[in-house]
Amino acid sequence: MYCYAPMEYFIELTFSGLTRGSIYALIALGYTMVYGIIGLINFAHGEIYMIGAFTALIASSVLTYLGLPLPAILILAALAAIIWSAAYGYTMEKIAYRPLRDAPRLSPLISAIGMSIFLQNYVQLAQTADYLPFPALIPEFDFLEPYAGIVGSTDLVILVVSALGMIGLMLLIKYTRTGKAMRATAQDKKMALLLGINVDRIISITFIIGSGLAALGGVLIASHIGQINLYIGFIAGIKAFTAAVLGGIGSIPGAVLGSYILGLTEAFATGYVSSDYEDVFAFSLLVLILIFRPAGLLGKATIEKV
Amino acid sequence: MLTAKDVRQALLIGLWFMFLTFPLLVIKVNTIEDTIIWRWNNMFIIGGVCFVATLALRSGRRLLVQKKQEDASLKNSRLSSRIRTHLHHKMVYLPLLSLVLLFFILFPTQFSTYQTTIMTTALMYVVLGLGLNIVVGVAGLLDLGYVAFYAVGAYSYALLNLHFGLGFWTVLPVAGLLAALFGVLLGFPVLRLRGDYLAIVTLGFGEIIRMVLENWSEFSHGPSGISNIPRPGLFGLDLSLNQSIIYTYYLMMLMVAFTIFVVNRLQNSRIGRAWFALREDDIACQAMGIDKTRTKLTAFALGAFWAGMAGVFFAAQNTYVSPKSFTFLESAIILCVVVLGGMGSIIGIILGALILILLPEYLRAISDYRMLVFGATLVLMMIFRPQGIISTVRRTYTLKR
Repeated sequence: MYCYAPMEYFIELTFSGLTRGSIYALIALGYTMVYGIIGLINFAHGEIYMIGAFTALIASSVLTYLGLPLPAILILAALAAIIWSAAYGYTMEKIAYRPLRDAPRLSPLISAIGMSIFLQNYVQLAQTADYLPFPALIPEFDFLEPYAGIVGSTDLVILVVSALGMIGLMLLIKYTRTGKAMRATAQDKKMALLLGINVDRIISITFIIGSGLAALGGVLIASHIGQINLYIGFIAGIKAFTAAVLGGIGSIPGAVLGSYILGLTEAFATGYVSSDYEDVFAFSLLVLILIFRPAGLLGKATIEKV
Repeated sequence: MLTAKDVRQALLIGLWFMFLTFPLLVIKVNTIEDTIIWRWNNMFIIGGVCFVATLALRSGRRLLVQKKQEDASLKNSRLSSRIRTHLHHKMVYLPLLSLVLLFFILFPTQFSTYQTTIMTTALMYVVLGLGLNIVVGVAGLLDLGYVAFYAVGAYSYALLNLHFGLGFWTVLPVAGLLAALFGVLLGFPVLRLRGDYLAIVTLGFGEIIRMVLENWSEFSHGPSGISNIPRPGLFGLDLSLNQSIIYTYYLMMLMVAFTIFVVNRLQNSRIGRAWFALREDDIACQAMGIDKTRTKLTAFALGAFWAGMAGVFFAAQNTYVSPKSFTFLESAIILCVVVLGGMGSIIGIILGALILILLPEYLRAISDYRMLVFGATLVLMMIFRPQGIISTVRRTYTLKR
């Protein structure tokens, strides 16, 4: 045990909270985008993130075997994870959600739960149920040497990469044609159809982008923690969902804000209170928000019209 | 039948899935010895299976469309509806029922104790399924934390027995009531939530209960669980292991019969109809003067009640409880029973539970793929037959002129 000065400990916890928050944000964005467009809680989103981490692990092992240099491995493995996760997200939407678009509300949700169980067990059968060590892909930076106890280079990479990812998404949604079409679809699907927007395609694109971001999160967190197994998706999915709800589901800035709040809360709660109940904090937070402010921090309360 | 376009499409789908499953199914990395195993045959199996499945699905769909057109002229000639009208006829219904009853009564005398244990488990899932059916199928509230109430029941027997020496029969109603109390406790805060949020909150609640059981060692003995829970007693008689397994089986059967009786009566009661109304349209339901809060709370409480009692049976049958038995997957299995059987249909759920629990036990080959199949079942049922194997017959009234 190191003996930290209180201030240093506080800063360290803050960084760890921000790191967690960034990862949650990458996953939460997928939830919130999908919810914004088709009003479905994509229960299997956490599984996409898990598949991303597994793909990155496999790709990096194969590439190491081929003898590539470390930075190339990192980038290629992350790319592979993003490509395959996006492919899974796309296929999942086509198989499990598209046929149920006009079904009663519970149907796609049950289908999503089924998909989540299916993907978990698929990974278990195809790979393993054990923990796999994840290689340290992110190199140590020399300039961080003096602050070694407070912020690691992995933390820094996570913060920067996820920030870039989020800014990229914001720009995409704000300034491109596709982004405009996405916003239109989210506002009113029927009207978007009338205006000549290919709604099916937009929904597919939403799933692809959301899955890609989740995969990026998967790669980053796996190299941060150093091991993965097939259950990481479930817990991370629930937490990211909590973050999305906290910020107001359907709202993209809300998801980011909610994720950072959740990350910091968790970091301080485990750092100052107890680490035994780490996951209980997130769940309790979720229950509390849903009871007292179901619309979230930045969400608009919708009035149900008959 | 099948055109060249279909074949090309199927080929494309096969190739797509070969690409999709490539990293996970083909490459297996051993990170300890740093070796990579290539399993190319998996890739071709997946490609082939997807190709054939697509072709089959397409031709099947085409046949179905043709049949529907033919059927349009002959109304009401569909096999399922004919079977249903026959089933409701007393001449068929009563002998069939007594035959099934006879089978279940004679079951332990004809099969080994191992089989009897499995059957007891399957019957336990019938009770769980019927309980969850009240919440999900009848009242339309998706509860993903149902296993929490099951855990409450199992742990109340284990703990009350450990600390106060209370017996099976005393705890059975107590556990049911405790679980119902938890149902109300959970129900209160989540009443305002709509369907999908409700699902997540109940899921969170289920996980919180499990984590508390796992971490609060002074209370629940932590992850190691509680062992040496007594099996149900019979007026103080000493039963051998075999006898007590058979005895538990018969008790479980009585329990199932009791559950069916109560659930059936409930569905046709005032409160049952209020649940149906709530499921169909909660705004209209309120407009008709039904107290939404009370209706939802009773659904939660009564659903939880059965889970609590089933939990006592679970603890008594295994003589051991640990938090590991109460994961989210357990909730998912129970949900799968309800969805497969047909939400709201009692016979359907009994069938669903028997199929889902017994099939993997007897077909060892598929038992590895059990959860995979469960997941796929949920998806496929929602797409192809959302009403379940046996759909509920809506009570209809026709006015006489």
